[in-house]
Amino acid sequence: MLDALLEPWREPILRDALLEVVFVGLACGALGVWVVLLGRSYSAESLAHGMFPGLVVAALLGVPLVLGGAVGLIVAALAIAAGARLRSLGSNTAVAVVITSLLGIGTVFALSADSPPGLQNLLFGDVLATSPSDLALAAALAAAALIGSWLAYPYLLTYAFDPSAARSLGARPRVAEAAFALLLTAAVLVGVQALGNLLVVAALIGPAVAARTFTRRVPPLIAAASALGVACGVGGLYLSYYADVAAGAAIAGLLVTTAAIAALAKARLPTSDI
Amino acid sequence: MIDARGLAIGYRGGPTVLTDVTFSVMPGERVGVLGPNGGGKTTLMRALLGELESRAGTFTIEGRQGTVPQTERSRLDYPVSALDVVLMGALGRGPWWRRPGRAERALAQAALERVGLEDRARETFGELSGGQRQRVLVARALMQDADIVLFDEPFTGLDTPSAARLTALIDALAAEGRSVLVSTHDVGQARAWDHVLCLNGRMIEFGPPEHVLTETVLAETYEHAVIRIPDGWPRGVTQSAGASARA
Repeated sequence: MLDALLEPWREPILRDALLEVVFVGLACGALGVWVVLLGRSYSAESLAHGMFPGLVVAALLGVPLVLGGAVGLIVAALAIAAGARLRSLGSNTAVAVVITSLLGIGTVFALSADSPPGLQNLLFGDVLATSPSDLALAAALAAAALIGSWLAYPYLLTYAFDPSAARSLGARPRVAEAAFALLLTAAVLVGVQALGNLLVVAALIGPAVAARTFTRRVPPLIAAASALGVACGVGGLYLSYYADVAAGAAIAGLLVTTAAIAALAKARLPTSDI
Repeated sequence: MIDARGLAIGYRGGPTVLTDVTFSVMPGERVGVLGPNGGGKTTLMRALLGELESRAGTFTIEGRQGTVPQTERSRLDYPVSALDVVLMGALGRGPWWRRPGRAERALAQAALERVGLEDRARETFGELSGGQRQRVLVARALMQDADIVLFDEPFTGLDTPSAARLTALIDALAAEGRSVLVSTHDVGQARAWDHVLCLNGRMIEFGPPEHVLTETVLAETYEHAVIRIPDGWPRGVTQSAGASARA
């Protein structure tokens, strides 16, 4: 049994992948809690999709993905702001139109026959193709997301609980929103390498939704979501190794399954038991 | 201290919803804000909190503001304890990166004791009763050491003992020299305070209750939909659709 547990980690590729999923689990698990508490699941998904063309262009030009993601987000934000000003669209429809268009444009680039190999990994991820520089970047971004979350904690806690009173309490809504967007961007960039642009939302939402069912305070919720994120990442790698399935899909599958089981368990238990 | 002169307020991209508001609240004064639903009470509160900008006129606020919002709008599913909520009032006390420590926790516990909830500190906010949630939010304003405390319809949904306890707390806050602004539908309650501000899309009247709470002013404030209820009826059971008031 112990041998079976240790066997995958004898491969250097899987050891790197293990580190990568730990970074993803910690960063996305912690930030996912704020995504759920602020009710921003759709925004988080839009953010991930909106930065996609920027990521593709960055990969094509050989510049850091962070830079591409940031530029992609600025372009998406400007396009959404412009679309929202059109009376025939409105803000919600503008988000949907702009994000879908950007995802489509990015996909055309990524899946083009002339594109260098590996670009499609930005869509579905390839945690087994993690390079040392990818790992270093993921570690730095995860550290930034976690330290930033710790610093922003009282402000996000106050803003998410009582947006109307936040300003008078010293948690300026615009600053809280900007901090949340920055931290979420860092977490998404960590997750894109492992799970890709389409599956990264599972790492954000799944652990937080599952942990929400058995925790009653935010600090344990963050700890539990991060732990579940890491556990599903490690479990996904085992699944991939022994069942010979794609690692990203296995991790995403475990994440959503965990969330679904937790939600079902909560629905079946009396409220006082949770 | 609050001093407003010819204030006009509107929402971004929308029409002006409140005009010609001129009033002042000095330290230690309790001011009741009356008006029908949609009359501008919450809009005024949001402007005083800096959420909405004035479109005309000026207003000066001197002192730290605390707010006690309607608990019906609170997030009851939010995973925080009563103590966590009170500690939110400590945010502005130190450098932005410093987390509340033992000293702030002791102050928060003392604030909960002040509102009679010291034994509920660890309970989840959403599992407390409406009156208890109101008092937790008052404790949060105490934690802020707010000079001005804004209550947005705090008596809505409270039973008689809870309403009496809240009234006593409001009186105590004013006795400490804090300015207290309370939006309410309860005309009888407002009669006991220092000033009354009547709103209905504009300021109808402002002044001492004996001058403001006349049939003419109330009829204009509530557009003639005033229900007269005999003395002795229970408090807090009269409101619906924002067009009725105790007179």
